[in-house]
Amino acid sequence: MKETQDYEKDLASIRTMMERSVKFISLSGMAGVMAGLYALMGATAAYFIIHYPLSPLRYRIDSIQDNDNLWKLLVLAAVVLGASLLTGFWFSYRKAKKYNVKLFNATSKKLFISMAIPLVTGGIFILILLGTGHFGIAAPACLIFYGLALIQGSANLYDEVRYLGFCEIILGLVSALLPGYGLIFWALGFGVMHIIYGAIMYTKYDK
Amino acid sequence: MKNPFENLDKLLEHSGRLQIMSILVTNESYDFNSLKELLDITDGNLATHIKALEKEKYLSIKKSFIDRKPNTQYKVTEKGRTAFKKHLDALEAVVKQQK
Repeated sequence: MKETQDYEKDLASIRTMMERSVKFISLSGMAGVMAGLYALMGATAAYFIIHYPLSPLRYRIDSIQDNDNLWKLLVLAAVVLGASLLTGFWFSYRKAKKYNVKLFNATSKKLFISMAIPLVTGGIFILILLGTGHFGIAAPACLIFYGLALIQGSANLYDEVRYLGFCEIILGLVSALLPGYGLIFWALGFGVMHIIYGAIMYTKYDK
Repeated sequence: MKNPFENLDKLLEHSGRLQIMSILVTNESYDFNSLKELLDITDGNLATHIKALEKEKYLSIKKSFIDRKPNTQYKVTEKGRTAFKKHLDALEAVVKQQK
Protein backbone atom coordinates (compact mmCIF):
# COMPACT_ATOMS: atom_id res chain seq x y z
CA MET A 1 0.00 0.00 0.00
CA LYS A 2 1.27 3.42 -0.91
CA GLU A 3 1.51 6.22 1.62
CA THR A 4 -0.30 9.52 1.23
CA GLN A 5 2.94 11.32 0.54
CA ASP A 6 3.53 8.95 -2.35
CA TYR A 7 0.23 10.05 -3.87
CA GLU A 8 1.19 13.67 -3.34
CA LYS A 9 4.48 12.93 -5.06
CA ASP A 10 2.55 11.36 -7.96
CA LEU A 11 0.46 14.50 -8.34
CA ALA A 12 3.56 16.67 -8.28
CA SER A 13 5.31 14.52 -10.87
CA ILE A 14 2.30 14.74 -13.20
CA ARG A 15 2.57 18.50 -13.10
CA THR A 16 6.34 18.51 -13.70
CA MET A 17 6.11 16.10 -16.61
CA MET A 18 3.25 17.99 -18.26
CA GLU A 19 5.17 21.22 -17.97
CA ARG A 20 8.58 19.93 -18.95
CA SER A 21 7.23 18.03 -21.95
CA VAL A 22 5.76 21.17 -23.56
CA LYS A 23 7.86 24.06 -22.21
CA PHE A 24 11.27 24.93 -23.49
CA ILE A 25 12.80 25.90 -20.15
CA SER A 26 16.34 26.45 -21.31
CA LEU A 27 15.78 30.02 -22.47
CA SER A 28 17.56 32.23 -19.96
CA GLY A 29 16.46 35.62 -18.67
CA MET A 30 20.02 36.85 -19.06
CA ALA A 31 19.71 36.34 -22.82
CA GLY A 32 16.78 38.80 -22.79
CA VAL A 33 18.75 41.40 -20.82
CA MET A 34 21.73 41.11 -23.16
CA ALA A 35 19.51 41.31 -26.28
CA GLY A 36 17.97 44.47 -24.82
CA LEU A 37 21.40 46.01 -24.26
CA TYR A 38 22.49 45.21 -27.82
CA ALA A 39 19.27 46.77 -29.13
CA LEU A 40 19.88 49.96 -27.13
CA MET A 41 23.45 50.16 -28.41
CA GLY A 42 22.16 49.58 -31.94
CA ALA A 43 19.50 52.28 -31.53
CA THR A 44 22.13 54.73 -30.27
CA ALA A 45 24.30 54.01 -33.31
CA ALA A 46 21.24 54.42 -35.56
CA TYR A 47 20.56 57.79 -33.95
CA PHE A 48 24.00 58.98 -35.00
CA ILE A 49 23.35 57.78 -38.54
CA ILE A 50 19.91 59.35 -39.06
CA HIS A 51 19.20 62.09 -36.47
CA TYR A 52 22.47 63.51 -35.25
CA PRO A 53 23.01 66.36 -34.36
CA LEU A 54 19.26 66.87 -33.84
CA SER A 55 17.55 65.68 -30.64
CA PRO A 56 16.50 62.01 -30.67
CA LEU A 57 13.08 63.13 -29.37
CA ARG A 58 12.43 65.24 -32.44
CA TYR A 59 9.52 63.98 -34.53
CA ARG A 60 10.93 63.14 -37.95
CA ILE A 61 8.89 64.32 -40.90
CA ASP A 62 11.55 63.41 -43.41
CA SER A 63 12.69 59.84 -44.01
CA ILE A 64 15.96 58.35 -45.13
CA GLN A 65 16.32 59.22 -48.76
CA ASP A 66 19.82 58.01 -49.48
CA ASN A 67 20.70 54.37 -49.99
CA ASP A 68 23.97 54.76 -48.13
CA ASN A 69 22.28 55.29 -44.77
CA LEU A 70 19.72 52.60 -45.46
CA TRP A 71 22.48 50.05 -45.98
CA LYS A 72 24.22 51.19 -42.80
CA LEU A 73 20.99 50.68 -40.86
CA LEU A 74 20.38 47.26 -42.38
CA VAL A 75 23.89 46.08 -41.46
CA LEU A 76 23.44 47.52 -37.98
CA ALA A 77 20.13 45.69 -37.53
CA ALA A 78 21.69 42.44 -38.77
CA VAL A 79 24.57 42.81 -36.28
CA VAL A 80 22.14 43.40 -33.38
CA LEU A 81 20.04 40.40 -34.43
CA GLY A 82 23.06 38.15 -34.89
CA ALA A 83 24.61 39.13 -31.55
CA SER A 84 21.26 38.59 -29.75
CA LEU A 85 20.78 35.15 -31.31
CA LEU A 86 24.34 34.06 -30.52
CA THR A 87 24.05 35.25 -26.92
CA GLY A 88 20.64 33.59 -26.57
CA PHE A 89 22.06 30.36 -27.92
CA TRP A 90 25.03 30.51 -25.57
CA PHE A 91 22.92 31.13 -22.44
CA SER A 92 20.41 28.43 -23.45
CA TYR A 93 23.23 25.99 -24.02
CA ARG A 94 24.59 26.64 -20.54
CA LYS A 95 21.18 26.41 -18.90
CA ALA A 96 20.34 23.19 -20.73
CA LYS A 97 23.62 21.70 -19.50
CA LYS A 98 22.85 22.76 -15.94
CA TYR A 99 19.43 21.05 -16.01
CA ASN A 100 20.86 18.09 -17.89
CA VAL A 101 18.44 18.38 -20.83
CA LYS A 102 19.17 18.52 -24.51
CA LEU A 103 18.98 21.86 -26.28
CA PHE A 104 17.54 20.30 -29.43
CA ASN A 105 14.55 18.20 -28.45
CA ALA A 106 10.95 17.73 -29.54
CA THR A 107 9.93 20.93 -27.71
CA SER A 108 12.58 23.26 -29.10
CA LYS A 109 11.89 21.95 -32.59
CA LYS A 110 8.19 22.75 -32.20
CA LEU A 111 9.07 26.17 -30.79
CA PHE A 112 11.42 26.94 -33.66
CA ILE A 113 8.85 26.07 -36.32
CA SER A 114 5.97 27.96 -34.71
CA MET A 115 8.06 31.12 -34.30
CA ALA A 116 9.73 30.90 -37.69
CA ILE A 117 6.44 31.34 -39.58
CA PRO A 118 5.56 34.86 -38.35
CA LEU A 119 9.23 35.88 -38.22
CA VAL A 120 10.05 34.90 -41.79
CA THR A 121 6.78 36.40 -43.05
CA GLY A 122 7.54 39.63 -41.20
CA GLY A 123 11.14 39.69 -42.39
CA ILE A 124 10.16 39.39 -46.04
CA PHE A 125 7.37 41.94 -45.59
CA ILE A 126 9.77 44.46 -44.03
CA LEU A 127 12.28 43.98 -46.85
CA ILE A 128 9.46 44.68 -49.31
CA LEU A 129 8.51 47.82 -47.35
CA LEU A 130 12.10 49.06 -47.47
CA GLY A 131 12.46 48.14 -51.13
CA THR A 132 9.35 50.10 -52.07
CA GLY A 133 10.25 53.16 -50.02
CA HIS A 134 7.81 52.73 -47.12
CA PHE A 135 10.48 53.43 -44.52
CA GLY A 136 8.12 54.94 -41.95
CA ILE A 137 6.29 51.76 -41.05
CA ALA A 138 9.26 49.38 -41.20
CA ALA A 139 10.05 49.80 -37.49
CA PRO A 140 6.40 49.29 -36.40
CA ALA A 141 6.25 46.18 -38.60
CA CYS A 142 9.33 44.75 -36.83
CA LEU A 143 7.60 45.15 -33.46
CA ILE A 144 4.23 43.77 -34.61
CA PHE A 145 5.60 40.64 -36.28
CA TYR A 146 7.99 40.00 -33.41
CA GLY A 147 5.07 40.28 -30.97
CA LEU A 148 3.02 37.82 -33.05
CA ALA A 149 5.95 35.38 -33.08
CA LEU A 150 6.28 35.62 -29.30
CA ILE A 151 2.59 34.90 -28.76
CA GLN A 152 2.79 31.99 -31.17
CA GLY A 153 5.87 30.62 -29.39
CA SER A 154 4.55 31.19 -25.88
CA ALA A 155 2.74 27.83 -25.94
CA ASN A 156 6.18 26.22 -25.71
CA LEU A 157 7.79 28.87 -23.49
CA TYR A 158 7.14 30.34 -20.08
CA ASP A 159 3.68 32.00 -19.94
CA GLU A 160 5.20 35.45 -19.37
CA VAL A 161 6.42 35.50 -22.98
CA ARG A 162 2.81 35.99 -24.06
CA TYR A 163 2.60 39.31 -22.18
CA LEU A 164 5.86 40.47 -23.73
CA GLY A 165 4.29 39.63 -27.11
CA PHE A 166 1.19 41.73 -26.39
CA CYS A 167 3.37 44.66 -25.26
CA GLU A 168 5.39 44.48 -28.50
CA ILE A 169 2.23 44.45 -30.63
CA ILE A 170 0.73 47.44 -28.78
CA LEU A 171 4.01 49.37 -29.09
CA GLY A 172 4.10 48.48 -32.79
CA LEU A 173 0.56 49.70 -33.43
CA VAL A 174 1.09 52.99 -31.57
CA SER A 175 4.36 53.39 -33.42
CA ALA A 176 2.56 52.92 -36.74
CA LEU A 177 0.44 55.95 -35.87
CA LEU A 178 3.57 57.99 -35.10
CA PRO A 179 6.04 56.85 -37.77
CA GLY A 180 8.37 59.78 -37.05
CA TYR A 181 9.17 58.26 -33.64
CA GLY A 182 10.07 54.90 -35.16
CA LEU A 183 13.53 54.74 -33.64
CA ILE A 184 12.27 55.62 -30.15
CA PHE A 185 9.60 52.90 -30.28
CA TRP A 186 12.08 50.43 -31.71
CA ALA A 187 14.46 51.15 -28.81
CA LEU A 188 11.57 50.79 -26.33
CA GLY A 189 10.30 47.53 -27.80
CA PHE A 190 13.54 45.72 -28.47
CA GLY A 191 15.72 47.41 -25.85
CA VAL A 192 13.79 48.44 -22.75
CA MET A 193 11.11 45.70 -22.95
CA HIS A 194 13.71 42.95 -23.30
CA ILE A 195 15.72 44.22 -20.36
CA ILE A 196 12.62 44.44 -18.13
CA TYR A 197 11.35 41.03 -19.25
CA GLY A 198 14.78 39.40 -18.99
CA ALA A 199 15.36 40.78 -15.49
CA ILE A 200 11.94 39.52 -14.31
CA MET A 201 12.52 36.07 -15.81
CA TYR A 202 16.03 35.89 -14.40
CA THR A 203 14.96 36.61 -10.84
CA LYS A 204 11.91 34.34 -11.15
CA TYR A 205 13.38 31.22 -12.78
CA ASP A 206 17.16 31.37 -13.06
CA LYS A 207 18.33 32.25 -9.59
CA MET B 1 -18.39 7.90 2.12
CA LYS B 2 -17.09 6.01 -0.84
CA ASN B 3 -13.55 4.84 -0.66
CA PRO B 4 -11.53 6.93 -3.16
CA PHE B 5 -8.82 4.28 -3.25
CA GLU B 6 -11.16 2.10 -5.27
CA ASN B 7 -11.03 4.58 -8.11
CA LEU B 8 -7.26 4.48 -8.45
CA ASP B 9 -6.11 2.89 -11.66
CA LYS B 10 -3.92 -0.15 -10.94
CA LEU B 11 -1.84 0.39 -14.07
CA LEU B 12 -1.25 4.06 -13.37
CA GLU B 13 -0.27 3.59 -9.74
CA HIS B 14 3.24 3.03 -10.98
CA SER B 15 4.87 6.45 -11.18
CA GLY B 16 6.81 5.68 -14.38
CA ARG B 17 3.66 4.79 -16.30
CA LEU B 18 1.86 7.75 -14.75
CA GLN B 19 4.60 10.07 -16.00
CA ILE B 20 4.43 8.63 -19.51
CA MET B 21 0.68 9.23 -19.57
CA SER B 22 1.12 12.80 -18.24
CA ILE B 23 3.38 13.59 -21.16
CA LEU B 24 1.09 11.96 -23.71
CA VAL B 25 -2.09 13.74 -22.57
CA THR B 26 -0.41 17.17 -22.87
CA ASN B 27 1.23 16.55 -26.24
CA GLU B 28 -0.31 15.49 -29.52
CA SER B 29 2.31 12.78 -29.86
CA TYR B 30 5.73 11.97 -28.41
CA ASP B 31 8.55 9.78 -29.66
CA PHE B 32 10.50 7.09 -27.84
CA ASN B 33 13.81 8.94 -27.57
CA SER B 34 12.25 12.17 -26.33
CA LEU B 35 10.31 10.20 -23.71
CA LYS B 36 13.49 8.43 -22.64
CA GLU B 37 15.36 11.69 -22.30
CA LEU B 38 12.65 13.45 -20.36
CA LEU B 39 11.99 10.57 -17.97
CA ASP B 40 15.66 9.67 -17.65
CA ILE B 41 15.09 5.90 -17.65
CA THR B 42 16.60 2.98 -19.57
CA ASP B 43 15.38 1.70 -22.94
CA GLY B 44 14.22 -1.60 -21.42
CA ASN B 45 12.34 0.08 -18.60
CA LEU B 46 10.54 2.44 -20.93
CA ALA B 47 9.71 -0.34 -23.38
CA THR B 48 8.18 -2.44 -20.60
CA HIS B 49 5.98 0.41 -19.38
CA ILE B 50 4.88 1.22 -22.90
CA LYS B 51 4.02 -2.41 -23.58
CA ALA B 52 1.87 -2.53 -20.45
CA LEU B 53 0.06 0.67 -21.44
CA GLU B 54 -0.40 -0.56 -24.99
CA LYS B 55 -1.87 -3.85 -23.78
CA GLU B 56 -4.61 -1.92 -21.98
CA LYS B 57 -5.05 0.22 -25.14
CA TYR B 58 -4.13 3.40 -23.23
CA LEU B 59 -1.84 4.48 -26.05
CA SER B 60 -1.45 3.88 -29.75
CA ILE B 61 1.81 3.38 -31.60
CA LYS B 62 2.81 4.69 -34.98
CA LYS B 63 6.08 3.51 -36.46
CA SER B 64 7.78 5.26 -39.34
CA PHE B 65 11.20 6.10 -40.70
CA ILE B 66 12.82 9.52 -40.61
CA ASP B 67 16.03 9.66 -42.66
CA ARG B 68 16.05 5.87 -42.67
CA LYS B 69 16.11 5.81 -38.88
CA PRO B 70 13.17 4.16 -37.15
CA ASN B 71 10.94 6.64 -35.39
CA THR B 72 8.19 5.52 -33.05
CA GLN B 73 5.48 7.97 -32.06
CA TYR B 74 3.06 7.38 -29.21
CA LYS B 75 -0.39 8.84 -28.86
CA VAL B 76 -2.86 8.63 -26.02
CA THR B 77 -6.15 6.92 -26.87
CA GLU B 78 -9.58 8.08 -25.69
CA LYS B 79 -9.60 5.15 -23.28
CA GLY B 80 -6.21 6.22 -21.93
CA ARG B 81 -7.28 9.84 -21.54
CA THR B 82 -10.41 8.84 -19.62
CA ALA B 83 -8.42 6.49 -17.39
CA PHE B 84 -5.84 9.18 -16.72
CA LYS B 85 -8.51 11.72 -15.76
CA LYS B 86 -10.21 9.24 -13.46
CA HIS B 87 -6.93 8.34 -11.81
CA LEU B 88 -6.06 12.01 -11.35
CA ASP B 89 -9.42 12.69 -9.69
CA ALA B 90 -8.92 9.68 -7.43
CA LEU B 91 -5.43 10.85 -6.48
CA GLU B 92 -6.78 14.25 -5.54
CA ALA B 93 -9.60 12.70 -3.53
CA VAL B 94 -7.17 10.44 -1.67
CA VAL B 95 -4.86 13.30 -0.79
CA LYS B 96 -7.77 15.49 0.26
CA GLN B 97 -9.25 12.81 2.48
CA GLN B 98 -6.01 12.26 4.34
CA LYS B 99 -5.62 15.92 5.21
